Amino acid sequence: MKAVVTVLGKDTVGILAKVSTFCAERNMNVVEVTQSVLQDMFAMVMLVELDRANVPSFEKLNADFDEFGTSIGTKIHIMHEDIFNSMHKI
Amino acid sequence: MLETKDILETINMIDNEHLDVRTVTMGISLLDCIDSDINKACDKVYDKICRYAEDLVKTANDISSEYGIPIINKRISVTPIANIAAACQNSGVVKFAHTLDKAAETLGVDFIGGYSALVQKGFAAGDFALIESIPQALAETKKVCSSVNIGSTKAGINMDAVKMMGQAIKSAAELTADNNCLGAAKLVVFCNAPEDNPFMAGAFHGVGEADCVINVGVSGPGVVRAALTKCDGYDLSQVADEIKRTAFKITRMGQLVAQQASKRLCVPFGIVDLSLAPTPAVGDSVAYILEEMGLEVCGCHGTTAALALLNDAVKKGGVMASSHVGGLSGAFIPVSEDAGMIHAAEVGALDITKLEAMTAVCSVGLDMIIIPGDTTPEVISAIIADEAAIGMVNSKTTAVRLIPAIGKGVGDTLDFGGLLGYGPVMPVRSGSPAKFINRRGRIPAPMQSLKN
Repeated sequence: MKAVVTVLGKDTVGILAKVSTFCAERNMNVVEVTQSVLQDMFAMVMLVELDRANVPSFEKLNADFDEFGTSIGTKIHIMHEDIFNSMHKI
Repeated sequence: MLETKDILETINMIDNEHLDVRTVTMGISLLDCIDSDINKACDKVYDKICRYAEDLVKTANDISSEYGIPIINKRISVTPIANIAAACQNSGVVKFAHTLDKAAETLGVDFIGGYSALVQKGFAAGDFALIESIPQALAETKKVCSSVNIGSTKAGINMDAVKMMGQAIKSAAELTADNNCLGAAKLVVFCNAPEDNPFMAGAFHGVGEADCVINVGVSGPGVVRAALTKCDGYDLSQVADEIKRTAFKITRMGQLVAQQASKRLCVPFGIVDLSLAPTPAVGDSVAYILEEMGLEVCGCHGTTAALALLNDAVKKGGVMASSHVGGLSGAFIPVSEDAGMIHAAEVGALDITKLEAMTAVCSVGLDMIIIPGDTTPEVISAIIADEAAIGMVNSKTTAVRLIPAIGKGVGDTLDFGGLLGYGPVMPVRSGSPAKFINRRGRIPAPMQSLKN
């Protein structure tokens, strides 16, 4: 399955690198990345492939992302891509 | 690829605008649990519910985690217990309530609904005993919810049942007086009750339903209100369009959750109930949506028109987003569960007569209204009769959930906590309807019933 990772927070050096490393450590393949910086607010959206990921459960991954996001001063969500597909595509 | 702005919009709805799925409700038929021995019947009921709903809570939590959507309640609705208890020869129908409560406790669900009777045209075996046992059942259980359907467009209004329910509501409050009269908050009196409603306290699993189904109730008043804050200067057609667009998105999310729950639990998908269900949290209020449309305070003149627009637009937006829509579907206007309604009632802008008018165009009825503790059963019955008449004539569901605040009067408040919220005691109209209510009998079905 694919999931969407969103990273929101104040722009600082190396956010993209830190989040990518976090994903790589868990064998999560990053399929697409877009990012934008509005004034000093940073918003990054990543589409990641979880089929070969090395995580015990989605719930654990969610909790890990949450903790990791806080540690780098951002708010990170990971959600199944279908939630966005169903809400925004007819 | 998904648009970044769409992704951020969804996340903002969940994080800041209280978007959630209010309930995943599993409807379970108990018709195959009927037994002439009440003990055997209760054993069968307990076993069936626990077998069918074993994974309900875990599955809902998994979906919630994967999709990032809060699922607030997991609930169960069952066949009206009056139908199951009818065959039992030994007395003590309240044993079924204890059985349901035990099953709900075992499974970890939030509520179980269906301690119910459908008596719109008359009483069958089991109905009378069940209605009489409701106050005791609600006082002695935690998670059981009860409802009684006393009228319909097809059948008219059963005024004998209306009289009984006035007393039942009063007794339910009296028996739980030391617990904020909570018993009455778990009891709904319906006209035209839907058989697939996932929302409490009125959920039950109709006899025409499949053996087991998954119904989902969405929420989202906060999202609609936030969308309307961007509509300054729009005319009302444009406002309606904006509500439709938002309702579509909310309902799509409910549909996704319903499909996933249905697939993972191997249970057919029933319906999505596309209701705007408020919570006492600030920002998650239907009243604030009406105020956002341009009313100074909910309850002022214009409120009924604004609510009619909202209720209609929610349905139109939601109906295309789901393959099956049902339940109550529309805007709820519970007083104690809605921060804006509580405020309007506190400042005196909203009273029971304005609420009654609003129920002619909203999706349900007089909901979570706290009335003085010394209100007589006849007055409560008369409020039920008025509300049922609106439902019967307009071919819509109406309901009454009143909480007589025992030992309290106008100026006091009652605080239930949690999703049930709090609210001021609201005055009822003076003058006695006792003679009218004590006539009993049946109000004949209106001309609208003759559609064939």
